[in-house]
Amino acid sequence: MLDVRGLKKVYEGSGRRVEAVRDLTFTVDAGELVCLVGPSGCGKTTLLKCMGGLLTPTSGEVLLEGRKVSGPPPGMAFVFQEYGRSLFPWMRVGDNVELPLKQKDLSKARRRELVRDALESVGLTDAVGAYPWQLSGGMQQRVAIARALAYEPRVLLMDEPFAAVDAQTRADLEDLVRGLWRDRGITILFVTHDIDEAVYLGERVLVLSASPTVVQEQLKVDLPAERDQLHTRVDPRFAELRTHVYEQIQAAKRGVVRDAVTKSDTPPPH
Amino acid sequence: MIGRLLLRLLFVVALPAVLVAVWWAASNGSTDPFWPPLRTILDTFPDVWTADRLRTDVVPSLLRLLGGYALAAAVGVALGTVIGSYRRVRAVCEPVLEFLRAVPPPVLVPVIMLFAGIGDTMKIVVIASGCVWPILLNTVEGVRAVDSVMLETARSYGVTGFARLRHLVLRSASPQIFAGLRQALSIGIILMVISEMFAANNGIGFTVVQFQRSFAIPDMWTGILVLGLLGFLLSVVFQLVERRVLGWYRGLRATTRRS
Repeated sequence: MLDVRGLKKVYEGSGRRVEAVRDLTFTVDAGELVCLVGPSGCGKTTLLKCMGGLLTPTSGEVLLEGRKVSGPPPGMAFVFQEYGRSLFPWMRVGDNVELPLKQKDLSKARRRELVRDALESVGLTDAVGAYPWQLSGGMQQRVAIARALAYEPRVLLMDEPFAAVDAQTRADLEDLVRGLWRDRGITILFVTHDIDEAVYLGERVLVLSASPTVVQEQLKVDLPAERDQLHTRVDPRFAELRTHVYEQIQAAKRGVVRDAVTKSDTPPPH
Repeated sequence: MIGRLLLRLLFVVALPAVLVAVWWAASNGSTDPFWPPLRTILDTFPDVWTADRLRTDVVPSLLRLLGGYALAAAVGVALGTVIGSYRRVRAVCEPVLEFLRAVPPPVLVPVIMLFAGIGDTMKIVVIASGCVWPILLNTVEGVRAVDSVMLETARSYGVTGFARLRHLVLRSASPQIFAGLRQALSIGIILMVISEMFAANNGIGFTVVQFQRSFAIPDMWTGILVLGLLGFLLSVVFQLVERRVLGWYRGLRATTRRS
C-alpha cells in the first residue's frame, strides 16, 4: 500500500545543511494502523510531509499503491497538529469539510451526504453551522478529522494530531481514531511523540532514531483488537510494550542504533 | 434592554450635540461675513441643497468617487495579490512602490489633466491614483501573511488555482484588505473634492469654490456641511459592509482575546 524506500531529506539554506532524515525504508500494508514514534525533533513531520507529497525528498521515494508520490495524491488525507491553523476560520464547519470535495467531481447531493456522514462519524452533527473558533480544541480537531474522512482517502496521515489537546479529550480522540479505523478500513499512519499513545493506538509501532533519522525498530503490538482506555492501559502486556519502546527511544537519543531497518517482531517479555 | 439602547444612543449623540451647540452659541452674534452664524447657515441649507442640486452636483461627485474607488480596489487587490504571492516580484516592485506611495496624489492632478483632459476620466484617474496605494500595500501584506499550515492544508486537499485564491488567499488577507479600503475611502473623498476644485463644471467641490468666489459665504459653509455628512454616511455604509464580510474575524479575535 505505502512503500517508503531509502527516503532522505536534507534541508539546505543560509549556509546550514540539516540532514533531517537519513535513510528510511518501511512498508505499510493496506488497512494497517501504524504509529511512528521517535524522540522530538527527529524528523517525523518531515517524513510525513514527504509521504503526503508536500515535500520532495532529497533522494529515495514514496510509493502509494505502487505509484510514486510526486505531489499530494488524491487518495491521501492529512490531519495536522495545529488544528487552529488548519481549519479556515472564515468558513463554517460544514463548509470547511466540504471545500476539498468541491475540487473533486462530485454532485452537490453527494457532497452533502459525505459532509453529513463525516460529521456524524466524529459526533459533531450539530456543529455544522458553527465557526471553528466557536468550538473547543478537541472539537476543532474532530472537524479536521471529519474533513479528512469526507475526502474518502485510502490513506490517512496524522501528524501529532492530539499533541495540543488536554488529556481527557485526547483519550476520547484516540478511541475515535481506533473506531474509525476499524469501521472504515482506512490505512492510517499516525505520528506521535507519546509512547503510550503509540502503543495504545497502533497495530504496529515504528521507532525512529534521533535525527538524522533511520528506523530504530519495528514492533508488532500484540494487544487485542478490542482496546479501551480503562483496561488496555493496565494490561501487563501494554506495560511491557511501552517499556520496550521507551528503552528504544532512550537508546535512540543516545545514538545507539541497534541493527536498523531489521524487522524484529514482538519484543521478549521482561 | 431599551434603556441600554437609549444610553448607547446618548453616548453616540452627546458629543456632536455639544459641538453643534458650542458652534451655535459662539457664532450666534457674529457679524463677520466670512463667519456667519450657524443659524444662517442652516437656514440657507434647504435653499441650496435642493433635489435639483443633488442631481446635478452630488450625484456626479458620488459617481466619480465610486468609479475611482472601484478602479483602485480592483487594481490594488489584483496587483497586491500578485506582488504578495511572489517573492521575486516583491523584491523588484517594493522600492518603486515606496516612491510612488510617497508622492502626494494632489500634485498628480495637473499631470493627469495633461493626458486625461479635464473631464470625468481625469477625476476618476486622480481618485484611483490616490486610493490605490493603501489598498495595494495592505493587500501585499495580507497575502504575504497567509498561514503556512493553511497553505499546506489547501495543497494536501487539492485546493489549488482559483479555488485557493478565492477560498484561502483573499479570505485570509481580507482583514488587511479592508484596512486598506478604509484608508482609501477617506483619501478618495479628499481627492474627489480637490479634483473638482481644479477644473469642473459640477460636483460638490466645484460648488463650494463657486460659492466662495461669488461671496455666497453661508452657501459655501453648507457645502462643507454636505461634505462632512457625506463622509460620515459613506463610513457608516463601509462599516456595515465590513461587519458582514469580516464577521468571522471579529468573532475569532474576541475568542482569542478571551482565552
